[in-house]
Amino acid sequence: MQIYRVNMTEGQVTTEEVKESYAALGGRGLTSQIIADEVDPTCHPLGANNKLVIAPGLLSGTNAPSSGRLSVGTKSPLTGTIKESNAGGTASQKLAKLGIKAIIVEGQPKNGEFYTLKVSKDGLELKDASSLLGQRNYDLGNTMRSEYGDSVCVVSVGPAGEYKLTAASIAVTDGDGRPVRHCGRGGTGAVMGSKGIKVIVIDDADAPGVPIKDKESFKAAAKDFSKMLLDHPVCGQGLPTYGTAVLINILNEAGGLPTKNFRSGRYDGADKISGEAMYDAINERKGNPTHGCHPGCVMRCSQVYNDKDGNYLTAGFEYETIWAFGAHCTIDDLDAIATLDRLCDDIGLDTIEMGVTIGVAMEAGIIPFGDADGAIDLLQQIGEGKPLGRILGNGASFTGKAYGVTRVPTVKDQSIPAYDPRAVKGVGVTYATTTMGADHTAGYSVTANILKVGGHVDPLSKDGQVDLSRNLQIATAAVDSTGLCLFVAFAVLDEPKALPRVVDMLNAQYGLSLTVDDVSELGKAILNTEREFNKAAGFNNSHDRLPEFFKEELPPHGTTFDFTDKELDELYNF
Amino acid sequence: MKLEVRLFANLRDNLPKESRGQAAIVIPDGSTTQELINHLNIPRNLPLIIMVNGKRQLESYSLKDGDRVGIFPPVGGG
Repeated sequence: MQIYRVNMTEGQVTTEEVKESYAALGGRGLTSQIIADEVDPTCHPLGANNKLVIAPGLLSGTNAPSSGRLSVGTKSPLTGTIKESNAGGTASQKLAKLGIKAIIVEGQPKNGEFYTLKVSKDGLELKDASSLLGQRNYDLGNTMRSEYGDSVCVVSVGPAGEYKLTAASIAVTDGDGRPVRHCGRGGTGAVMGSKGIKVIVIDDADAPGVPIKDKESFKAAAKDFSKMLLDHPVCGQGLPTYGTAVLINILNEAGGLPTKNFRSGRYDGADKISGEAMYDAINERKGNPTHGCHPGCVMRCSQVYNDKDGNYLTAGFEYETIWAFGAHCTIDDLDAIATLDRLCDDIGLDTIEMGVTIGVAMEAGIIPFGDADGAIDLLQQIGEGKPLGRILGNGASFTGKAYGVTRVPTVKDQSIPAYDPRAVKGVGVTYATTTMGADHTAGYSVTANILKVGGHVDPLSKDGQVDLSRNLQIATAAVDSTGLCLFVAFAVLDEPKALPRVVDMLNAQYGLSLTVDDVSELGKAILNTEREFNKAAGFNNSHDRLPEFFKEELPPHGTTFDFTDKELDELYNF
Repeated sequence: MKLEVRLFANLRDNLPKESRGQAAIVIPDGSTTQELINHLNIPRNLPLIIMVNGKRQLESYSLKDGDRVGIFPPVGGG
């Protein structure tokens, strides 16, 4: 495998062999290590000295089930911390099959030019993209496929990335060519825009494929692991049927669904925006409730959501998105929320950051709570680059400052997602302490707090939450390096034979002799690398805190986020 | 006693379709959540998540008049 370096100042592409120290790294482990090794932590995230690293996971491109996750790493313009943002779609598998360990994009075009980066078996090539500027992701994908063929994967920024807005995402097309999988969090789209890359087209025609040292062992381990996923009730049944939106009702019932900018843990419109309501609408309108974001996924938690007339509206319509524009903004119209999701995908925006931002805009009185048409108009203003859109497109913290709002749910300037930290305390610890800024995926304590997966830790009590979050943050950093979807964790946490089979796959593919303990050590090493970067960028323990309004009681349980600073700081004792 | 019962995901099929998974259920005083589950004919081939007034409870939990009971099959996401 090779690492490709794309120097945007010089317009040159070079290749280099993979250093020995990078050989056993992939995905997040690799992107974070390269950023730590090569990027000055004090650099401006949108300047020439930041870099954008794109890497497939270690198992991507193989027959390992659900292994098509892509990692993008950089210094985040939203948080100022190191960032790894992770997406499905077909990019990761295609890059791995082309023998690409990572693409490092560095420098900056001197006069703000934009380029297409074409990736194929013949290498990487930059082409002028000035005619593509202003195109939104859906149109852009059509343009690229008409030029390069229907089977390419299109990785792109919409107008938000061109404007370098810190809520900008990088879109990755799914198997149907739709730009519905995103490296959403942390403004990686703004960094791609700052590098002058409008779109990356990945063509894996005649790719050599991923070499596997011990094919028989790999095949046996992959088959076993696949069966364990299919046999697990969440991975094999819950996720394929209802998708992630099934969480709306359970979080609402648990009193942890943040409502009206985190004023209550219950939303009286929850049933109308629930996974069950979505499932019924999809079936009535002849959409598809069970859809994989990449070939080879056995969980297929995505879906195709049609409008009232039966025409395609959006896909990859997730719990977090529905919560953010729904309960958080008190919009109880699932079709309006689907339209907002479509707009975010098209303009190239993180749906979590934008939903939370629209709620803050409602808090500021720009539009009233519950105003779906107003929310749609605000997103359009971002896409059109209007002054108010430029404020909103920089996220919730920026918008809060612009309008003097203090009730702004962010950590390290990244919006808090769909679980109230006062009623799901384990994930609150993760929001506070992760190297990423508020991020539920970094240590998804919702498992043991709410979902009865991997044991039970009372969500309303502080007991055991720091240990839970620490263990999950370590495990997640390792999983994010494999290319496996994080949702395999539901099975891995419940089935003790699952993780050893993942290790077997890695050993068979690379000719290694890793043990399960090495996986944990890898996770710890990644977290330490990321935290050291953040320290050098100016972060310390005082940044590992939640906004003070989380000391207010949350109905219906009347709980607060009551961890002491010392308790939160215990997270990094490993 | 009368309970406010909510069934979710595929468990909704255990109540009439028009109820959309929500119903007021009358069962004998002192019943446990297990007895409610039996009353609703919910199959026990999968582990269930049971919430009473927003808090997770076990099958042996003694219900009280007016309790809000939510029952879920295994679900996940994120």
